[in-house]
Amino acid sequence: MQYKSQAVSKLYFVAAIGLFVAQVLFGLIMGLQYVIGDFLFPAIPFNVARMVHTNALIVWLLMGFMGSAYYMIPEESERELFSPKLAIALFWIFLVAAAATVAAYLLVPYASLAKWTGNDLLSTMGREFLEQPLPTKLGIVVVALGFLFNISMTVLKGRKTAISTVLLMGLWGLAIFFLVSFYNPDNIVRDKYYWWWTVHLWVEGVWELILGALLAFVLIKVTGVDREVIEKWLYVIITLTLITGIIGTGHHYFWIGTPEYWQWWGSVFSALEPIPFFAMTVFAFNMVNRRRREHPNRAATLWALGTGVMSFLGAGVWGFLHTLAPVNFYTHGSQITAAHGHMAFYGAYVMVVITMISYAMPLLRGRAANSNKAQVIEMWSFWLMTVSMVFITLFLTAAGILQVWLQRVADAPMSFMATQDQVALFYWLREGTGVIFLIGLLVYIWSFFSKGEDAAKA
Amino acid sequence: MSGSFTTSTARNIFFGGTVFFFLLFLALTYRNEQALPARDNRANLTPQVVAGKKIWETRNCVGCHTLLGEGAYFAPELGNVYVRRGGAQGGTEFIKAWIKAQPTGAPGRRQMPQFNLSDKELDEIAAFLKYVSEINTSKWPPNNEG
Ligand code: HEC
Ligand code: HEM
Ligand SMILES: [Fe+2]
Repeated sequence: MQYKSQAVSKLYFVAAIGLFVAQVLFGLIMGLQYVIGDFLFPAIPFNVARMVHTNALIVWLLMGFMGSAYYMIPEESERELFSPKLAIALFWIFLVAAAATVAAYLLVPYASLAKWTGNDLLSTMGREFLEQPLPTKLGIVVVALGFLFNISMTVLKGRKTAISTVLLMGLWGLAIFFLVSFYNPDNIVRDKYYWWWTVHLWVEGVWELILGALLAFVLIKVTGVDREVIEKWLYVIITLTLITGIIGTGHHYFWIGTPEYWQWWGSVFSALEPIPFFAMTVFAFNMVNRRRREHPNRAATLWALGTGVMSFLGAGVWGFLHTLAPVNFYTHGSQITAAHGHMAFYGAYVMVVITMISYAMPLLRGRAANSNKAQVIEMWSFWLMTVSMVFITLFLTAAGILQVWLQRVADAPMSFMATQDQVALFYWLREGTGVIFLIGLLVYIWSFFSKGEDAAKA
Repeated sequence: MSGSFTTSTARNIFFGGTVFFFLLFLALTYRNEQALPARDNRANLTPQVVAGKKIWETRNCVGCHTLLGEGAYFAPELGNVYVRRGGAQGGTEFIKAWIKAQPTGAPGRRQMPQFNLSDKELDEIAAFLKYVSEINTSKWPPNNEG
């Protein structure tokens, strides 16, 4: 750690991992409800568990992005953070808001929560991923603006690099597209149309800029390859991302009442979206192969390579699988969608945040890398989580193919509920694999507490 | 990557490409808005339907169900439930009776909560689901099962 103010990122990383655990626990509850329908009913209905699961994911990824930015921007800008105090204050605001929101989901009927929090003044709630009450949404805006101010001031006053420029563009884009979540037209078709501006333009747009910047930063550090080379790659990758991903939004406009020309625009452009993900994979391996030094933190390098591979598989391959309109006609809103959503989020955003934590945390704790023993434990957690996510995806894909066949293709289509019974075996397998994922996560946390003799000096 | 292709060239292509495709996206969005009235059933977007959408949102129905294929995959698609359950011959009555009768309490079966909706609210949510079923979705879903 070169700058004292980088230390604020530790708070963010710890909270991110805590929320990650909550996310996975609620995922396991839902997985069980898929096969034992009345499990925990009516205490925790499925939709409540799902809100906790998805919102915890989003919040912890945002915490991870913020922590990463607070770590990386001082080093890139070669100066202390503009205001470490602001960063700490915003952390507590964000954490308390997130905890209060989750508690409210669990304890208060959603309709009452909506009434008490001013949803009648400006109704934004009850749409997938954007379930947060108005005060929480406003809190997110305040935290995001304060954070962006802090980071932008640091960059403006210091050295400007391509990596920090790209990161800033990604983070500003994240905040700007979140503002669209305050727009909720009465017309459901227009509601859905603009809802995707937040959701799709996040994960297949501006978040990929953040992903690229974080990966580039860690790769420079662990490989020692010239910044010039890495930054050029970064620009090429994000160019490919946005020229495919913006119009690629059209792959969500096939069947929601929007005109049919979207079937062409959406299919063609989104079919090209895997290219930047593939470029990212090649980039990561290429840089590691051309490394000029052997960085003692091998775990971080493993996570960086894993991000390259898994984001390509989850977003690129599993995205392509169902992105062409004639295929999507059958798979839309099925377990295929769920399979893709899981591996894409894990492979791209979960893994890049962990890459960053893996690289930065030892430095924040005063050493270049963890002891060999701790790294071995961490690498075990890498394989446990990554392999179980691959299997979760495969089981959901199998369930999805069967579902599509039985419910949508067969001559005598089955009802939704009857179909679900038919594929229960795969839901059980998914749940079992989910338990292994949780074990992997616990092993990951354990790696932080493992003391070894031979920690490398910072 | 070779010598003449510098970082600043790459950066310029990035900015140019992004601006171009974003403007194209806005143009497509403009055309989209022009085309929607003929497809989105807005002639029937009554205050009752709007109130139904509020109920849809404040009860978080989308946390279990899909609507036009978007949402959660735990419970049946509802974009066409009006049609599936009889359309003009009983679709509305089915939806209202169904919501009133929840939860089924059938052991081990997936459960839908009791929302204690008033008769007026039941009419509103049913009107909303009927409205959605009349949106032109390019023939999706493939069949009535959703
Ligand atoms: C906690 C999850 C959950 C929530 C929230 C939920 N539902 Fe359901 N719903 C279900 C399940 C599960 C079924 C299928 C139950 C069965 O077949 O036994 C169902 C079935 C239905 C059906 C019948 C579908 C058919 O094809 O016959 C309708 C209509 C319906 N729900 C409407 C709603 C509305 C409207 C809301 C919001 C006010 C809502 N549901 C909220 C879980 C939920
Ligand atoms: C890391 C990047 C990505 C993430 C995190 C991601 C995540 C998701 C999620 C969560 C959904 C479900 C949304 C919902 O609930 O309705 C979804 C849907 C979809 N994604 Fe992605 N995605 C990514 C990249 C891609 C790419 C690159 C493609 C195409 C090549 C793609 C194609 C699709 C399609 C077609 C759907 C709609 C599925 C349906 O019709 O039900 N995604 N994605
Ligand atoms: Fe998308």
